[in-house]
Amino acid sequence: MAIKVVSPGLSTTVQDLGRPGYYHIGIPLSGAMDRAALAAANLLVGNDESAAGLEVVFMGPELEFTAPTIVAVTGGEIPPKLNGTPCETWASFAVKSGDVLSFDFLKAGARAYIAIAGGVDVPVVLGSRSTYTLGALGGHEGRKLMAGDVLPVGVASSKARAGRSLEQKLRRKTSNPAELRMLPGLYWHRITEEAGKHFLSDTWKVAPEADRIGYRFRGGKPIDFVPRTPPFGAGSDPSNIVDACYPYGSIQVPSGTEPIVLHRDAVSGGGYFMVGAVIAADMDLIAQLQPHMPARFVAVDMPTALAARKDMNAQAAAVRASLQS
Amino acid sequence: MKTRYSFGGDEHVFVECDEEMSLQAFFKGLSMTNAVRESKIKGVTEICPANASFQIKFDPDVISPDDMLAELKRLEVSASKGVSSIKTRIIEVPVLYNDPWTHETLMRFRERHQDPNSTDIEYAARINNLETVDNFIKAHSGSPWFVSMVGFVAGLPFLYQMVERGRQIEVPKYLRPRTDTPKLTVGHGGCFSCIYSVRGAGGYQMFGVTPMPIYDPAQSISYLKDFMILFRPGDIVKWRPIDRPEYDQIVADVDAGKFVPRIREVNFSLEEFERNIDGYNKKLEETLYGH
Repeated sequence: MAIKVVSPGLSTTVQDLGRPGYYHIGIPLSGAMDRAALAAANLLVGNDESAAGLEVVFMGPELEFTAPTIVAVTGGEIPPKLNGTPCETWASFAVKSGDVLSFDFLKAGARAYIAIAGGVDVPVVLGSRSTYTLGALGGHEGRKLMAGDVLPVGVASSKARAGRSLEQKLRRKTSNPAELRMLPGLYWHRITEEAGKHFLSDTWKVAPEADRIGYRFRGGKPIDFVPRTPPFGAGSDPSNIVDACYPYGSIQVPSGTEPIVLHRDAVSGGGYFMVGAVIAADMDLIAQLQPHMPARFVAVDMPTALAARKDMNAQAAAVRASLQS
Repeated sequence: MKTRYSFGGDEHVFVECDEEMSLQAFFKGLSMTNAVRESKIKGVTEICPANASFQIKFDPDVISPDDMLAELKRLEVSASKGVSSIKTRIIEVPVLYNDPWTHETLMRFRERHQDPNSTDIEYAARINNLETVDNFIKAHSGSPWFVSMVGFVAGLPFLYQMVERGRQIEVPKYLRPRTDTPKLTVGHGGCFSCIYSVRGAGGYQMFGVTPMPIYDPAQSISYLKDFMILFRPGDIVKWRPIDRPEYDQIVADVDAGKFVPRIREVNFSLEEFERNIDGYNKKLEETLYGH
């Protein structure tokens, strides 16, 4: 069983739930940017939720199946079509040998996830099948898909069946404008009180430079810094620090102008200060933001972050319970 | 040196050992990260040492953030005496300074540079009062460098010059980062040199390239078969200026699987190093070259 890539879409990559454990040497987490959507797609086709699928960005690929199997598409609304006929999302459906899955124009969100019964069976590298394109690591030859690629698919489990569907209330909607909850910290003390206030009250817009490494935002007021003598080794710009680790989700603001939230393919460290980090429960939301969409950063405290995390875990458990029957 | 703790979202604790860079700050971080590793705190998922700070990733479903923070503060007390000597490696890195590839790249991004009318290495020589590029190359390659962090992208080493602070080379980063940097560029920003392990964006000044790959995801290069990344924090690097014919020869040898990097085991003691920096560096070099 294999998938032939007829056309690759804009930037389609093989992703599973990620490659933790190598960040200390600069290899990022990688994996699906919208983890909940990939997990749901996998459960719909009877896979383990951490199986490798395809992450589709803005514009879908055209894929041909070489054998009958079960497929599901979840995540942002990039409507799938089977042999030209629209098919249901957040639901599993059967495909025959020679069937072609293609996609209509993006309607909402930014990333869709395709799961195939058995999972995409590219080699496991450092514990994961995820693609880290900057490091040419994992996935299919360490890169986004190209026309003519052939992807091996694993053996479907006995749980694979068509007609399974995730109930509406368990599918996550994207909100507009997006509200990204963040925990102020890290180098928050570097900015003035006034700058902190408008960072949180301004409406930002997703910049065109928004990818798996990080999402850049623009349109808010430039940030004023608390004056200082630059610490040795940091560099002279007020936004410079002695190069340090960048947490996944951290918000850096180079030169105090455009915030960047680091995502699954984050650079693991560098010399720009950070105002804090987006809470884990809101990271999946970022995956579904399109360029030019408005977004706000909302400061929360740790108890709120942990409560949001609890809700996220409960939601994941509900999806599991609903689909593993 | 005052330790500062902060949460990075709900999954990370960020610990700054010192605001400014020094080997003391690096070793304080090393002591603490070793202590965290040895204490096997439940819920710690990753330990990331950096130049003068470190980061602990943890699972708040296993350990509460407050408990995690308390554990780290407890370890700070016991790690305060800490390590100041390590068993490590000294690695020779051949460098073609003033190479054609970084030159082509820096010319493309001149409008993002502090001094559009000179090259990165000319600019660095001038602002470090080294007068000529040759003097700059002598200063850059004359002493060993300490790998105080690995990261940014896969396997990229940050290198700290092992000389008195007054002699350390310092340059600003580009005004706006480049969108391109040749693979294996030797760069410098703030007080750190680096080797770009992959082609990509970058903001450090570019001085040259090494023909010696330091990251190989395919693990086909002879000395990267066991692990795809060459450098580890604590390694010591000695740059060796080479000319174009030698550069080409090393590239051919790497391709043919014949190139063997010069690497020697060495003990590094921070106290002994600080007591007599030049003398200590000379001994390190003797270990590397075996005379």
